[in-house]
Amino acid sequence: MSELTQSNPSPVRTQTRLSGKRRSSGAFRTPKEVRNYWLLLVTLLLLGLLASYGLLVYNNPVPVTSPSFIPVVKRRTVAIAAMLIAAVCQSLATVSFQSITNNRIITPSLLGFEALYSTIHTSTLFFLGTAAFVNFSGVDSFLYQVAAMVLMCLILYGWLLSGKYGNLQILLLVGIIMGTGLGSVSAFMRRLLAPSEFDLLQTRLFASVNNADAAYFPIAIPIVVVAAVLLLANAKRLNLLSLGREVSTSLGSRHKAGVIYVLVLVSILMAVSTALVGPLTFYGFLVATLTYQAARTYDHRYVFPMAFAIAFVIITSAYFIMNHVFHAQGVVSIIIELFGGILFLIVILRRGSL
Amino acid sequence: MIQIENVKKSYTSEAAIGPLNIEIPKAGLTSLIGPNGAGKSTTLLMIGRLLDSDGGRITVADMDVSSSKSKDLAKVLTILRQENHFVTRLTVRQLAGFGRFPYSKGRLTNEDEEIISKYIDFLDLTALENRYLDELSGGQRQRAYVAMVLCQETEYVLLDEPLNNLDVARSVQMMEHLKYAASEFGRTILTVLHDINFAAKYSDRICAMKHGRIAAFGTVDEIMKPELLTDIFETKIEIMQGPYGPIAVY
Repeated sequence: MSELTQSNPSPVRTQTRLSGKRRSSGAFRTPKEVRNYWLLLVTLLLLGLLASYGLLVYNNPVPVTSPSFIPVVKRRTVAIAAMLIAAVCQSLATVSFQSITNNRIITPSLLGFEALYSTIHTSTLFFLGTAAFVNFSGVDSFLYQVAAMVLMCLILYGWLLSGKYGNLQILLLVGIIMGTGLGSVSAFMRRLLAPSEFDLLQTRLFASVNNADAAYFPIAIPIVVVAAVLLLANAKRLNLLSLGREVSTSLGSRHKAGVIYVLVLVSILMAVSTALVGPLTFYGFLVATLTYQAARTYDHRYVFPMAFAIAFVIITSAYFIMNHVFHAQGVVSIIIELFGGILFLIVILRRGSL
Repeated sequence: MIQIENVKKSYTSEAAIGPLNIEIPKAGLTSLIGPNGAGKSTTLLMIGRLLDSDGGRITVADMDVSSSKSKDLAKVLTILRQENHFVTRLTVRQLAGFGRFPYSKGRLTNEDEEIISKYIDFLDLTALENRYLDELSGGQRQRAYVAMVLCQETEYVLLDEPLNNLDVARSVQMMEHLKYAASEFGRTILTVLHDINFAAKYSDRICAMKHGRIAAFGTVDEIMKPELLTDIFETKIEIMQGPYGPIAVY
């Protein structure tokens, strides 16, 4: 024991270089990881651009020389813009949400956005009839929906997180129960609808960028840009928050305030995305999971760009495949969930970890 | 100096802690001992602002822990719990780097890197510094957490059962490191220990708790008394003089 005692506390010496390598606590372990990260990021962005270029011009029914070529491209640009907004919203919101909840198998959909979205639409149709339902589109309805979803979250967070026993687990549980409850209410109302009304409703409840109306963009884009910039600016604090309440508090963060701030931004992004293109339950989860495999770092400054690149590639290529390979318009969430689910399983089984 | 005045915490009417009154002087290693449920961890958490007290006042280096800014306290006081679970994959060095957050706000300078290297070397983690935490054994991981806490360079370091799940060799090594950190880096370390003999060998002072109250506080020789310990732990405890000081036999 005495020998151990003597040999134990090593004399403190500082080596800035260890076997020729500079020692660093940066976001990546080796220069090779840094190179791989940038290579992958650039490749994914190029693929995304390629797919969106393809969506714009491929299989254009009119030749390039025709005067009606530009209007066709313009119409398609609206869809690309909607994809871009959905990609930013879903990727940033899901990654941030998973970091603050310290959990990588949940998504912000658990907070009940999608259930609320479908309840708003179903009850409009149910109580106010077809005419009101068809008219319930436009800038006003978009703002109402976003406001309703954000308001619901603020009430939920404000109430649940500020209380004495406020914690995230209870918040999530209440979110799930509210989501299920609202889902059942709207499912009940849907059963009482006439088939023609149901058909009308169904198109709006499937996520589709074709639901997006260019008239929403002047409002949606500034909101998303501001929320996204605030989240990016908050990246270093998010690194700390992802260590959990106790460690991040000990390191000087105001954990509860930090969590509420991020949750508000997440709810804004999710609300805009849901109101714009409809519910995309699996998409954000898929993007986040693939991001953690692609960007092997804890640092959100690097995780966020990668998440966006992956989200953009997935949604644009899914639309390209759906429109031009399967010649099926519309329901892209199916292909995202099918291919995404398979890819997800492959990644998990090969890595053996989340 | 850590001052605790009339601090209370009640869970239920039976399980209540306090009122606690104690002054823990600066420098040296102080151990909190006592039976399960005596309130050791609760007290530590309240000092470390991870748990709000229901009354009274706790000051660390003249800063009130409940009203001071968290980021200011993070330069004075740090607390480490026994179980830490991170979803993000971190290397030992990245974890230690987080200890510099109160100073660097996430942007590490060369000076920060040197400080991180110093404590990683001190805790014999040099060869492991680029390994991920989930690739380490329990003892190595525990040392990595302590590296983070030391990188924070706070005067006061609170540790909740740092020897949990460590074997004898790792426990001795951990206590040697803590003792060294207290004496050479001038840290005031307050730690919850379950093993009386570890507390006796390495502590400068021992605080014994029972039923949510402070039962005794003093130097090792003042606390290592058979009647006192028998009463606190409600088990027959004898004290013998061993080669490194008093030993409790039970």
